[in-house]
Amino acid sequence: MNRPLEGLLVLEFCQFLAGPSAGLKLADLGARVIKIERPNTGDACRQLSIKNLFVDEDSLLFHTINRNKESYAADLKNPEDLEKLKKLIGKADVMTHNFRPGVMEKIGLDYASVQNINPKIIYGMVTGYGKEGPWKNKPGQDLLVQAVSGLTFLSGVDTDGPVPFGLSVSDIMCGNHLVQGIMAALIKRAKMGKGVLVEVSLLESILDVQFEVLTTYLNDGGKLPDRSSAKGSAHAYLSAPYGMYETKDGYIAMAMGNLPNICAIINCNISDLYVEAGSAFENRDKLIVRLAETFKKQNTKKWVDLLESHGIWCAEVLNYQTATNLSTYKKLEIEQELNLGDGKKMKTTVSPIRLDHQKLTASKGAPKLGLNTADINKEFKLD
Amino acid sequence: MKPLEDYLVIDFSQFLSGPSASLRLADMGARVIKIERSGVGDICRTLYTSNLIMNGESSVFHAINRNKESFEVDLKNEVDCEMVRELLKKADIMIHNFRPGVMERLGFDYQSVTALNPTIIYGEISGYGTEGEWRNKPGQDLLLQSVTGLTSLTGNANSGPVAMGLSIVDMLAGAHLAQGLLACLYRKAIKNEGGFIQVSMMESAYDFQFETITTFMNDGGELPQRSEKNNANAYLGAPYGIYQTENGYLALAMGSIPQLGDLLGCDKLLAYEAVEEAFDKRDEIKAILASHLSTETTETWLSKLEPADIWCADVLNWNALLDHDGFKVLNMIQEVEMVDGYRYKTTRCPIRIDGELLTSTKGSPKLGQDNDRIVKEFITQKTIANV
Repeated sequence: MNRPLEGLLVLEFCQFLAGPSAGLKLADLGARVIKIERPNTGDACRQLSIKNLFVDEDSLLFHTINRNKESYAADLKNPEDLEKLKKLIGKADVMTHNFRPGVMEKIGLDYASVQNINPKIIYGMVTGYGKEGPWKNKPGQDLLVQAVSGLTFLSGVDTDGPVPFGLSVSDIMCGNHLVQGIMAALIKRAKMGKGVLVEVSLLESILDVQFEVLTTYLNDGGKLPDRSSAKGSAHAYLSAPYGMYETKDGYIAMAMGNLPNICAIINCNISDLYVEAGSAFENRDKLIVRLAETFKKQNTKKWVDLLESHGIWCAEVLNYQTATNLSTYKKLEIEQELNLGDGKKMKTTVSPIRLDHQKLTASKGAPKLGLNTADINKEFKLD
Repeated sequence: MKPLEDYLVIDFSQFLSGPSASLRLADMGARVIKIERSGVGDICRTLYTSNLIMNGESSVFHAINRNKESFEVDLKNEVDCEMVRELLKKADIMIHNFRPGVMERLGFDYQSVTALNPTIIYGEISGYGTEGEWRNKPGQDLLLQSVTGLTSLTGNANSGPVAMGLSIVDMLAGAHLAQGLLACLYRKAIKNEGGFIQVSMMESAYDFQFETITTFMNDGGELPQRSEKNNANAYLGAPYGIYQTENGYLALAMGSIPQLGDLLGCDKLLAYEAVEEAFDKRDEIKAILASHLSTETTETWLSKLEPADIWCADVLNWNALLDHDGFKVLNMIQEVEMVDGYRYKTTRCPIRIDGELLTSTKGSPKLGQDNDRIVKEFITQKTIANV
């Protein structure tokens, strides 16, 4: 396959999730990605496990985020190692880092210094909150960024208090934005022949995720989001029936739709609550409770079949066990197997992007710490 | 100079997924022309969230479609189709998010378009791919959250399924489409080749969950277990979560339990010395923390924890956030203006290139506002006469 980023060399000085998830995307699109890691410890994510799951000496989490990369061990505080790295940077197309502001300046690998080594480098930086302002030295940690961004008042019900998204959404979106910025920079470099600086932060990324609702807030006189009090409601700004409802044997999700029509189909009387189109907003909470009473009476499948036969947008709510058994899940080939060497294998996801009719599969597992140091020294004559 | 200056994007997509990708390309400097159905336009124009109507259209339409032009056409009319084909001959990128089969019927599928323009980059978003059993199901965000297990990660153990309260899957699919298109645009700049990028919301939803679904694939298929209270990640131990204080809330992301006990003056926490207890006994520990943290103000706790480098933060709503210097210094808000002079505030692109913000003052387009100009610029009279 002719992958778009083939031939490009990326040096990743990042740890944890935001930066490395961007490196993974670039690798799957064809770039060669070398992680630059501290000797003996490496990316701190190597020891950060969930459910105590490890593959050999590294966490499963590390394997998930860092597949399809190489590892070069170097101590940025050791002058010899730093010299070698500068030579390597001279050959690279892209470098990324997520150190706190000031760290790379001290080491002498900030953008201005690196431009002297390689004037055509694309330099990508991830911070928590930008380089200026009172938050610039705060730890760029996902939950904390969610907490200050207002995001926690959008999910769940109003009596819950703040409800964070149950995944590292700021990290992941910031990684996605870094990838976009780096590729735009590569396009700019192809035209102008000069290096480009790309900067993203977790906070700006999580604000971008809220761009629709923030735009509403900025133009409706600063009204804060009004989450429903009814369990299962799914969006502070959308009217009934939008949400998830318990049935006799599970849950059904209802997208936006014509409420009187839906209620006629499921035989739910809302005539006292719904008097005109605006009622779907004004009486949202009561309507959701009323609908919930009806949905409890039948099994999910029965409701989905009935509603879909009328063209209503709905779905059964699935968990990982039922979701991964869908024929569509298999047809989309969401899983791939990685080859970890010594006959060891592990399963994970594939890149979500399909290029020229093909999935961007890659069976190369994550590298052991410093796995490629000797080979890279030799290949780029760094010794 | 913005990175994508001089590139032309023809965007047939509606709602959020596709249009969020073209917004990103527009902010990076590309010229984006929305192809909109005559008389109606992008359905998002009338998709109201809350009851807010801005200059006759929905607030979300204005957020998603600023910095773009609108070309109003009837794709059942041959003259209009020929004009769109003329545009596609000159385009670098085309985008659509129709259900599988629609573009084939209209004659704007990948094969037909590459016949017009062999180096075009063609991007499409579907809900569930173009082949499987579910290919014709609506690609709607909440439904995608529901069928990919995503709703079992947020909220507490007894909350039932809890959605993430934004159209997150749409935005992820848009981000992935933009990535694929940009990668191909780079390849085009180097090799002058076109490309075909396909993204589905289902694959994008699993990419978002790549850490947790990979755990599921490798831990014997165990389902995620959210904590009973204060859940912020089903797979992480105490203290990870948000806690009520005397006057607000506190987000707490890490810290060994005995150290927290020490710093917070909570003796009950000192007993949890074994590292694995933070996960195994998280409900118990979180209950102790919750009851202790409710006794003092957020500021008091921050003043004890921050000097010890414990990762923690106040929990802000938008009012408090927008008042904060940490927000103001980002210059995240910009004002844009429509052709009729209507002005509104919105957020800007989150990426900085060469130290500059990618801002633009151009508001969203009125339906068909650019027809005359586009026809004059791109369409020869011969094109129309030939039909």
